[in-house]
Amino acid sequence: MDPTILAAATINGVLLGGMYTLVACGLTLIYGVLHIINFAHGSMLMLAMFGVYYLLTKLGLDPYLSMLVMVPVMYLFGYALYKGVIGRLSNGKDENILLITLGLSILIENLALMFFKGDSRTISVSYSDRMVELGPTLVPLPKLISFVVALLLCAALGLFIQRTDTGRSIRAVAKERVGARLVGIDVERVFAISYGIGLATLGAAACLLMPIFYVSPTIGHVFVLVAFTVVVLGGMGSFVGAAVGGLIVGLTESFGGLYLGESLGQIGISLIFILILLLRPSGLFGART
Amino acid sequence: MTTTTPLSRRLILQAGAASAVLGAPGLLLAQPRPVKVGLLHPVSGALAYSGGQSRMGAQMAIDEINAAGGIKSMGGTRLEALLGDSQSRPEVGVGEVERMQQDGVSAYIGCFSSAIALPATQAAAKYNTPFLIDVGVSDALVSRGLKNVFRLAPGNGKCVDDAFAGLSEVNKAAGGIAKTAVLVHEDSEFGTSTAKLLTAKIAGIGLEVKESLPHASPTRDFTNLVLRIKAIKPDIVIMSNYQNEYVLMARTLYQQKVDLAGMFSVLGGGFNYKFIKEQPDVAQYMMDFNHWYNPRNPKAIEMRKKVEATGGLFTFEVYCSYNSVKLYASALEAAKSADKAAVIAALEASTWSDHFMPYGATKFVNGQNQGGRAALLQASKTDIDVVWPNEFAGSKAVFPRPKFS
Repeated sequence: MDPTILAAATINGVLLGGMYTLVACGLTLIYGVLHIINFAHGSMLMLAMFGVYYLLTKLGLDPYLSMLVMVPVMYLFGYALYKGVIGRLSNGKDENILLITLGLSILIENLALMFFKGDSRTISVSYSDRMVELGPTLVPLPKLISFVVALLLCAALGLFIQRTDTGRSIRAVAKERVGARLVGIDVERVFAISYGIGLATLGAAACLLMPIFYVSPTIGHVFVLVAFTVVVLGGMGSFVGAAVGGLIVGLTESFGGLYLGESLGQIGISLIFILILLLRPSGLFGART
Repeated sequence: MTTTTPLSRRLILQAGAASAVLGAPGLLLAQPRPVKVGLLHPVSGALAYSGGQSRMGAQMAIDEINAAGGIKSMGGTRLEALLGDSQSRPEVGVGEVERMQQDGVSAYIGCFSSAIALPATQAAAKYNTPFLIDVGVSDALVSRGLKNVFRLAPGNGKCVDDAFAGLSEVNKAAGGIAKTAVLVHEDSEFGTSTAKLLTAKIAGIGLEVKESLPHASPTRDFTNLVLRIKAIKPDIVIMSNYQNEYVLMARTLYQQKVDLAGMFSVLGGGFNYKFIKEQPDVAQYMMDFNHWYNPRNPKAIEMRKKVEATGGLFTFEVYCSYNSVKLYASALEAAKSADKAAVIAALEASTWSDHFMPYGATKFVNGQNQGGRAALLQASKTDIDVVWPNEFAGSKAVFPRPKFS
């Protein structure tokens, strides 16, 4: 194989991993704290991407500037959704949350189909097709930006969880729910905050993905399975895990595509998923229980 | 002694009202009952956009026919749309055929997708109900011996034949500059079968296929595939994939500055006005072979203006469905009745030419309109132009396209 293509595939895999990390870091927080699979993660990403699309096309707001709007809006939406719907209907049972988020994803996707119709939309901004020469390959600037921000986002979330009082409460609830309640932590509020932060990261992810990708009511399906693989690989609730997991999955997909063809190449992601479940179910950076 | 009750004002009013109500059916009977046309499209699910466009086109035709006085040979009988949603799923499409049958449907127009049309037409065949395919390119639709199925537009085989004839002429006009090609196709039924047809025919126009590259749907990133194309250095790339992958791949080819004489697709999923509007730089010079209206027909231009005035896009689904409804109306005029057998006979003998497709008068053989053909299109930064066949072409093909370097 031509070494320049190999180098290009490596760079491409790393950048692709950044995209997956973006989607996965919110999921790992929700997964780590609520201990449930947030089936609505993909449809929330879709909603956020449509938000970015309309902020640009209707109000002329640049996708990166949209972060100032999308992050707080998605946080509030997540917080309200947990307080108003998920928390109320779950009656404290994890399996109920799973079903509620599944129901929500079906509802949101179909409402999106009704309002936005089934076709895909892309955006074009002045830097969409600006290329940066990186070694032997040309890299689109928005991909590079999304990679850097994905790593910064993971670092920021890690610091937030480690250093702030809210972060400590989240960790306490994640480890010992009853104990946290006994020392005066409002567990329901912590759940709502975690869900809100999880969705806020999707708000940021949507702003970074829109200049690279397209949006359609079913866009969530394109990312959500990969995001779950990244979370399982990295370890539930670990942001370092999300970053490393994203990179591994990105590189696997890139090299799988290169050696096995784009058709068969994606098999690598499923193989990783199965292997991790067999050999290290807690993930690379997850706490062993 | 007898007593007579004088007629009160209330009694007279009651009697008047009763006679009006009882007399009404007579009046209603004087109106011819409308002919129910089943519009079966995927207006929800993955194909919702195309289904919605198809429904809009068919509804426009029905409204137009009714506004012009209905079916004249049937005493001004109006058409009534029965709306069906296949939800982009074949089994739901069959369910809708059965439901509409119970509602007294006289003919079906549909289904946008071949996968839905195959079982749906079969279900309609049980009742010998005419089924007019608006969009659906699989040749299997008209090769199973079903007498009730008619297709105005061309099928897959004809599209591929004509596509190569068009590409060959454009290439010859450029001095035969293109000698090699890479095929990129999605790996399900649509992409694989089209790629097979393309591979079998491509040698006939003097092009050598350097490599055939399949990809999954969805594919999230095309960088590696495009880098391989860059290394192979073909003269043209021929794509056969759905909308999302078409757009992502076209964008990556543009971003990686791959110098090609042309990027070409047959029934390209993402080649439409929206693509040009959203990504004008990427779309410019891309070519597609697809269903298209006759740009020299004033009726087509008028309808395009009408659709665009409402903020809609004049996509092929709109006018393929529109013209299919009009074809059915012409068969009703000829048959002078909505009787299914009579309409099928009228369609079989149809020589209808009042459409605005580049087809000429209709002539159906085994349900397939023999004159149906698609056109070679090329995108500019603002519009889509027909570049072949020459008699309908609005402009000359830019081939080879300008190089990046």
